[in-house]
Amino acid sequence: MKFALFLGCTIPARSRQYEMSARKVADKLGILLEDVPGFGCCGFPLKSVDPEKTTLLAAWNLSLAEEKGLPVMTLCSACSSNLAEENHRLKHDDRLRRRINEKLARVGKEFRGTTEVKHILRVIHQDLGLEKITQAVKIPLTGLKVASHYGCHYLKPSELYDKFDDPENPRSLDQIVAAIGATPVNYERVKQCCGGAVLVSDEATALGLTKDKLDAVKASGAEAMTLVCPFCNVMYDNNQKSIETRFASEYGLPVFYMTQLMGLAMGVSSKDLGMNLNSVKTKELIARFSAEDEDDEKKEKKKVRKDKPGPPLQPLIK
Amino acid sequence: MEEKREPVDLARSDFNFANQVAQTEGGQQISRCFACGTCSASCPVRRINDKYNPRRIIRQVLLGLKEEVLKSGFVWLCSACYSCQERCPQGVKITDIMTALKNMAASSNCVPDGVLAQMELIKKQGKVYAIDEFDNKKRIKAGLPPLPEEIDEIAQLLSVP
Repeated sequence: MKFALFLGCTIPARSRQYEMSARKVADKLGILLEDVPGFGCCGFPLKSVDPEKTTLLAAWNLSLAEEKGLPVMTLCSACSSNLAEENHRLKHDDRLRRRINEKLARVGKEFRGTTEVKHILRVIHQDLGLEKITQAVKIPLTGLKVASHYGCHYLKPSELYDKFDDPENPRSLDQIVAAIGATPVNYERVKQCCGGAVLVSDEATALGLTKDKLDAVKASGAEAMTLVCPFCNVMYDNNQKSIETRFASEYGLPVFYMTQLMGLAMGVSSKDLGMNLNSVKTKELIARFSAEDEDDEKKEKKKVRKDKPGPPLQPLIK
Repeated sequence: MEEKREPVDLARSDFNFANQVAQTEGGQQISRCFACGTCSASCPVRRINDKYNPRRIIRQVLLGLKEEVLKSGFVWLCSACYSCQERCPQGVKITDIMTALKNMAASSNCVPDGVLAQMELIKKQGKVYAIDEFDNKKRIKAGLPPLPEEIDEIAQLLSVP
């Protein structure tokens, strides 16, 4: 099983723990990944202002995967939905495809419609299956109560994803949580959006949405949250502290990428899973499942550059 | 909660507006809406901020209230979560319609600055966040392959209108 790995914008620059853990887990499960240096933005951020350029950008990326003869594996749910949606449109709309191919020809590329797009967790759940996960587990995360956040574009629009999971009653992430020995926790508002997409237009509404779910997760007795998209991660992990300050609430809720928890259960060191890059401290919690020492956290902190220009898409609120 | 009700002044209507929306990608089924409110009841944004009301926006489009829809900024509150679209009993592609309305609002310069800033970044560097030498050092240290700092072909593709 081999895929072209599509990283998108946010993950390689600002959420390396997802990329690190995803590569480790793929390796443990025997999924081969090829890097494609020309992959850029998936086009999602342009969707609301310029649909033609959105399609063009997606077509560029898809044409590179086609040249390699590989299906695309995404880590980010927004990349997943945008590339899948544009791939579908380009395959079915002859006029659109011709128009886009005229533009692609300027850089010597062509969209032929020979690839497909899948989110990494869909590949793991659907194509590999739960049994393969269980077989790879070395340290079951016994007793760890985990709330799964599915997010929106991992599941929807469901018609584009062949309804691999039910958007009204999603189960795939809970099943993976159970497969690595942890305990899935049900909570109110499981299906609710993280609010990340509104951050750019209305910060108060966006953070209000995030807070609403953090309250529900906390009330459920979950010790940790797990998710599969860097936008959701910005909201629940990176912005958790500022939400606590803004709404005078308290969570202290570690937020893990699903691949980080899977890697932990598969015996990968927390350093290799980038646990020190998580905003809410994870040390105490993961100490229950690994014997190693975590001094790297302090070292890494010193290296973080402070003067980096702020991201317009998801300002990390101080 | 009680919503303020006012008569609609049809003198301000642009009756071509609904047709324009119906011709966009996903907009074809808009006239099927029978105002049941499943969209508004399913909307997570509306739970937090009741200024956003998808049922109302669809109705405004059908009544031709173009200025109100495009200039109010309400469409930018849609998080594109697809909850409404997945549940609409009439098969109205509400999320796609909100995207089409955002496109129209953007054409009339009613667009949040942050959205435009992102577009400029992507045109220039092929990504929202460019990878620089510093990032690549950190990537290599973490055992990740370095990535190109610029993607010229994307800049070339996006520079043509």
